[in-house]
Amino acid sequence: MPPLVTPELGLIFWQVVIFLIVLLLLRSFAWKPILSSLKERESSIEGALRMADQAKLEMQQLQAGNEKLLAEARMERDRILKEATAMSNQFIEQAKTKATEEGGRMIEQAREAIRNEKNAALAEVKNTAAQLSIDIAERILRRELTDQPAQQQLVDSYLKEVKLN
Amino acid sequence: MKRLLFALFCLLSLTARASEPVATTADATESENFNPGEMILHHIGDSHEWHWFSTDNDHYTTYLPIIAFRPGQGVAVFSSRHLAEGEVHEGLKLEHEHLVSTDGAKVYDFSITKNVATLMIASALLLVVFMTVARGYAKRGTAAPRGVQSFFEPIIVFIRDEVAKKSIGPKYERYLPYLLTVFFFIWFSNLLGLLPGSSNLTGNISVTMTLAVITLLITLFSSNKNYWAHIFATPGVPKLLLPIMIPVELIGIVVKPFSLMVRLFANITAGHIVTLSFISLIFIFRNVGVAPVSLAFGLFINMLELLVAILQAYIFTLLTAMYIGGAVEDHHDADYQMGGGDGATPAQVH
Repeated sequence: MPPLVTPELGLIFWQVVIFLIVLLLLRSFAWKPILSSLKERESSIEGALRMADQAKLEMQQLQAGNEKLLAEARMERDRILKEATAMSNQFIEQAKTKATEEGGRMIEQAREAIRNEKNAALAEVKNTAAQLSIDIAERILRRELTDQPAQQQLVDSYLKEVKLN
Repeated sequence: MKRLLFALFCLLSLTARASEPVATTADATESENFNPGEMILHHIGDSHEWHWFSTDNDHYTTYLPIIAFRPGQGVAVFSSRHLAEGEVHEGLKLEHEHLVSTDGAKVYDFSITKNVATLMIASALLLVVFMTVARGYAKRGTAAPRGVQSFFEPIIVFIRDEVAKKSIGPKYERYLPYLLTVFFFIWFSNLLGLLPGSSNLTGNISVTMTLAVITLLITLFSSNKNYWAHIFATPGVPKLLLPIMIPVELIGIVVKPFSLMVRLFANITAGHIVTLSFISLIFIFRNVGVAPVSLAFGLFINMLELLVAILQAYIFTLLTAMYIGGAVEDHHDADYQMGGGDGATPAQVH
């Protein structure tokens, strides 16, 4: 066999010994810490990414909740405003009706009073007129006998005297 | 561009040819001495000393320790300086980088050769780099990576997600340390091999064989009964064909790591041979004019080798992961009802 392709015992021996020592040393002092650090870093990056995603999701949910809350609040405000308007309108209406009624009632009362007063006054006028007529009649009757034109003159004068107070 | 370079190359070779007679007369001895094949094989092969470079007077060489075991005589440890230039020391000498005993006895060579030294450097580099990275994680915890940590993190994550997870499935974590180590070991060794003066570690059959055998052993020890059922009673195959299928599948077990071994060895060695061949052209033609061409091609190949360095590491790791994945996969009988009888395609996994 040409020397180039002839394995040599010595070199194989050293290669086995040294390579295995290097392998064992590197395995415990290099590859193990390196690979575990890489794994740790990868998992921490993955964790951070997942957390960021979760935070984003939570943020979105929060935002959606806020918007919902805001919309609800707006609706509530609108409802309250509407109710208040309705109530105030009702109040005004009620007050108006009441005022109208009261006014009507007062007018009616006033009318009643006026009517009563008028009736009373008319009654009095009637009484007075009757009294007066009786008085006049009496006087006329008393002076009838003397003379007709004087009678007439007397009636007139009496009538002038009468004061419808 | 390629054509232009080729034309330039031809032109330069012509001038080299033209000047050849002059050169041969000038330094005939030297031209006979230069044998590119020998030089290249010496460069990509292993060696008991680390030869950096030579000047006219001196060789600049680091002598590495020789560790020889002879049954009955025990272990001999000494510097390879004593064996330089064919010298004999303690009854041992080097014959073409092969340690032999002068009395013909059997010698087991456990020397720290150039490749073993490179192996140690690569391993030390791996330990330093990745413990630094690990310290970065310990210091910064889950914070963003910095410095060397941020350079290697994407590669580690790639091996974990694209290679281990996809090929092995849910049980990938057990095999991840091996996959990462083998990937970075091959990559670092490939890159070290590209440095000038360094050795061709991953282009050595012993190294790739060891890695492939470790992969094979992991595959076999983690295999479940579905894996063996697939081999000895390939689902969907008529009973009559099984005597043919079983040997084919059994050979397949060995062929897979064998292909791993050859692929890495051949790719890296080929790169080195091509680069050295381009450099050799200068000496073959004995013409400085060839140098720019050699340089351009050498540079191109070197750039390619940088890519090949990581590519081969990736391929080795990916195939290892796929072999392990095939061994630990959970098959369901229902899959074979609709799946084809093709033994090569894995059954669908839900």
